[in-house]
Amino acid sequence: MASVIGSVIETHSISKIYRTGNTEVRAVDDVSITINAGDFVGLVGPSGSGKTTMLAMLAALLTPSEGQAFIDNQDLGKMNEKERVRFRREKIGFTFQSNNLVPYLTVLENVELMLRLNNRYDSAGRGQATELLCRLGLEDRLHNMPNQLSGGERQRVSIARSLIHEPSVVLADEPTANLDTERAYQVTKIYADLIHEKNKAGIMVTHDLRMCKYVDKIIQIEDGRVVSSLDSPAEIEALIARA
Amino acid sequence: MALYLSFKEIWRNKGRFFLFSLVIALITTLVLFIAALSEGLAQANRQYLEKLNAELLIFQKNVELSPSTSRIDFTKMNDIRRVEGVEQVGPLGFSNGTIVDPQGNKVLDVSLIGVEANKPGAPPILSGRDWTIDRGSETVIDANVANRSGIKVGDAIRLKTIQDSKEQFYNLQVIGLTDGREYMFQPSIFVPYRTWDQIRPQGVVPAQLVNAVSNVVAVKIKPGENMNTVKGRIDSQVQNVEAADIKTAYESLPGYKAQQSTLNTQKTFTLLIGVLVIGGFFQIQMLQKIPQIGVLKAIGASNKTVGLAVVSQIIIITTFGVLLGSLATFALSIGIPSSVPVVFSGSQVTVSILTLLLIGPLGGLVSVRAAVRVEPLLALGLSS
Repeated sequence: MASVIGSVIETHSISKIYRTGNTEVRAVDDVSITINAGDFVGLVGPSGSGKTTMLAMLAALLTPSEGQAFIDNQDLGKMNEKERVRFRREKIGFTFQSNNLVPYLTVLENVELMLRLNNRYDSAGRGQATELLCRLGLEDRLHNMPNQLSGGERQRVSIARSLIHEPSVVLADEPTANLDTERAYQVTKIYADLIHEKNKAGIMVTHDLRMCKYVDKIIQIEDGRVVSSLDSPAEIEALIARA
Repeated sequence: MALYLSFKEIWRNKGRFFLFSLVIALITTLVLFIAALSEGLAQANRQYLEKLNAELLIFQKNVELSPSTSRIDFTKMNDIRRVEGVEQVGPLGFSNGTIVDPQGNKVLDVSLIGVEANKPGAPPILSGRDWTIDRGSETVIDANVANRSGIKVGDAIRLKTIQDSKEQFYNLQVIGLTDGREYMFQPSIFVPYRTWDQIRPQGVVPAQLVNAVSNVVAVKIKPGENMNTVKGRIDSQVQNVEAADIKTAYESLPGYKAQQSTLNTQKTFTLLIGVLVIGGFFQIQMLQKIPQIGVLKAIGASNKTVGLAVVSQIIIITTFGVLLGSLATFALSIGIPSSVPVVFSGSQVTVSILTLLLIGPLGGLVSVRAAVRVEPLLALGLSS
């Protein structure tokens, strides 16, 4: 099946099925979504709803059991392990809930790591990394170690690392889970601003609907299935207000 | 990339990695000292026999090649000389004595070896001169005697042996110096065979030499002759003797093999402990780093990068530790007294260092395997 022209992320009825003996668990069940460049999407749902599994499939960390997933017109299901590693390195920017940063690299080195992995580490790259970190308010922290940073600062470094190599897609798994509300909003706003500015397709997995204040679209998942997809600001605001 | 990661981790955790390098350095020092002790004890046992200017040693039959038990009379020695392929033979007599000062106080215990001048078994003279008569109170000392006692060519020494349960003293003139030729853990002095037969410890001092008996006979074979062929001829043509090549002869010295196998076992166990210690350290470290490796793999680091980072870290730490240990061993070896049988031979040290460098990666294989098996899904708290 061909992908829709202009879309960056596209899935066609993808499912992830785990089988244990005769028991079958459909962690993600028949999900079809389309996300364009510049869209910041909140993937929300309760714990165990399948949102992280969905994110793992889009990051080429898991292969769909059924259906097809495309990113930049590349069929993720047809990639071998080596291609998946390369794909993640070049096309995906990741922010995780915790353990994001390499503890023995400084803030600047952590961001530069993506450039090194992609063989793009040069003076221009170093300049961009510094500039991005400065934009994120970390100009005084460039040479600090991760254990010298606050939780919010660590997540901002992680955001910089996820964007420095100009990926097609940026994915965030509960990036605000360990932050207080004020810092969580700050991080989400920064994330949204950069995704819009750099015209990336972004997905943020969260169980906290309040963090969807800056997203363009909300996809709600329950028991592995998409139960609603909201893309008008009014609908999004109404959903957040009900939370 | 792999090297970058491993260097950064080492540099930012200098204290931890330095402490671990110290552990490897201690293992290195222990292994090198055991190797040096093994070589030193082996040399102290075999040095004279190993350097013999002969290809074969002939022992009395059924004495398990023990020089002190073997007795070969001069009639039999002449029979050996007549065997085809034998160029020259020399009697060797082994016993012990003590060099004492004028007051009778012990200076040095020595191996007292009887040889015939210019015959197989006679040591090369580095300084001084050779014997000019086949009996007389002249001795050639080896370098170990000179180093440990300060005795030099031209000195007169007093040798004490036990004759018929009484202490007897003999004055000997040092006429020559030879290289290190220890035998049975003692430095050696050489005397003409007939002199040796008179002054060696024995029950009753013979009035005159009637039927001379040596312990063993050293045989030099003619150029071009096959050693094993000549050995076979001697065994078959001369009754009641057993021929052995030099290596077999010194390996049959009492306790030689037992001592070497004991030290080799110690060395092997130390290396084994090294493998376990290095393996254990890196494995514990790996277990602590699993979430971090999961993140690295999730953002696109390949198994090759992660595996190489672990391997290069192990190699760097092991190499540094071995280097540190080698330097410490060298420094310690300078202060060791010459009486301690520790010899650092180039080949032994090289083999030990190479083995030590290999045990790092060997011990770390488990942690490399663990690193490669970490799933990137761990970064998301999932598993496949």
